[in-house]
Amino acid sequence: MPAWLDLVVRVLIVIIVIFVAPLVIGQTEHKVMAHMQGRLGPMYAGAYHGWAQLVADAAKFIQKEDITPRAADRPVFKIAPVISMLPYMIVVLVIPLGPGGLVAQKLDIGLFFVLAVFGLGVIAVLMASWASANKFALMGGLRAAAQLLGYELPFVLAAASVAMAAGTLSLSGIVEAWRPWWLIWQLPALVVFFLAGLAEIRRTPFDMPIADSELVAGYLVEYTGLRYAFFMLAEYAGIFVISALTTVLFLGGWKGPFGLDTELGWLWTLIKIACVSFVVLWVRIAYPRLREDQLQRLCWLGLVPAALAQLVLTAGVKLAL
Amino acid sequence: MKGIGLAKGLAVTFKTMTRRSTTQQYPDVDPELPPRSRGVIAHIEENCTVCLLCARECPDWAITIESHKEEVIVPGAARARQRNVLDEFNIDFALCMYCGICVEVCPFGALHWSPEFEYAEYDLRDLVHSRDRLREWVMTVPPPPAHDRNGAGAKEEVVAEKALAAAAASAPSQVDACPNDGSGRI
Repeated sequence: MPAWLDLVVRVLIVIIVIFVAPLVIGQTEHKVMAHMQGRLGPMYAGAYHGWAQLVADAAKFIQKEDITPRAADRPVFKIAPVISMLPYMIVVLVIPLGPGGLVAQKLDIGLFFVLAVFGLGVIAVLMASWASANKFALMGGLRAAAQLLGYELPFVLAAASVAMAAGTLSLSGIVEAWRPWWLIWQLPALVVFFLAGLAEIRRTPFDMPIADSELVAGYLVEYTGLRYAFFMLAEYAGIFVISALTTVLFLGGWKGPFGLDTELGWLWTLIKIACVSFVVLWVRIAYPRLREDQLQRLCWLGLVPAALAQLVLTAGVKLAL
Repeated sequence: MKGIGLAKGLAVTFKTMTRRSTTQQYPDVDPELPPRSRGVIAHIEENCTVCLLCARECPDWAITIESHKEEVIVPGAARARQRNVLDEFNIDFALCMYCGICVEVCPFGALHWSPEFEYAEYDLRDLVHSRDRLREWVMTVPPPPAHDRNGAGAKEEVVAEKALAAAAASAPSQVDACPNDGSGRI
């Protein structure tokens, strides 16, 4: 296969994944949330149990008028939804699905790259909030900035712990080095990483920047139609990416219980991602939103010390081995 | 223990997910309404004596009745009897507040609740149901629900049983109560 065709195929696959995975997760959320609340959820779109609800939603979003407020900073306002999607798309590039180079782009500093790109998320939110020229949007944006900068720290520290344990920054390398007993050794890091990841994608119970009951919709308040849909898509793509990263870093990626990792590795990865995504949805349904001060308190007084303690533990065990 | 509520929250939501949802798929599947549901009021003209009690008791003035008197000549009687004949019986369901006082007050069992509720109209005036419409609803009136096994029996049945027992005691005398009159209200 010529190099350019190889590249096109890989990029196409990434694009398909980043657009299909959020739809699958979104539809699952519709159904899981409904049943956890004793409802049925969408039942009409598509022939079977409303499976096409999000497709119908997309058709609706496309038809809506694309409104830009008069006071808005037009180019920034218009490009923000695209930027919000960008980090997740780039991160998917380096997430290994299976062993033997089953990854869109092999990268030796994969983890470093992922953490760096994830920082882009806050830029999109700040762009959207400031360009909207709306007080609710601005407050949402400031909350998001405070939250994202705060949670970046435990996020990175927890990831650093596993990188230290594996002795590599390559995501594939981390999966190679992973052993089942790491589940216990790295458990605090897993919890910290998962919670900080939820906060990074501004997912309930960390959705203070959007907080519909206080800020209407925070930085989303002026967006309509396709641009709004893009933000929603980014949120669900974020769930996919956080689940995938948790799987790769802490749950052993393609390593399954019966061997056969070379053949079924991709399946194990997908199953693990699905399970973690389910937990993300479950947490949203079970818990209410954290207040702003609780949110910061959890980060600085809970997650950061826990991540630092984990680092010490990792270093200690690593030296002892 | 602190934090146990977090686990409980997860457990409750997960348990709910594994149970069957109670949602009724209404337009596709008809709801199972209890027999005493207050859907619409049916009017049995044959039982109606145009006493106007329902129209007077109605707090919303939703019932309008028109009638006239007719003479019935009974052969051998000293003079002709008079009888009310119903001309119009309208219930305006736009005014009705479903209190059921008319049904309760009717001494002859002419008004009954039916659980049917799908009679929305595009025009407010079409919510006035006239005689023939009210007669159609009669077919949808369900039989009265069974009584509580441990509770007192229906008044009609109790009265009839008492009368039968009394008749059995004084053997040859006639029975006054009619045991078949189950639908009439006392």
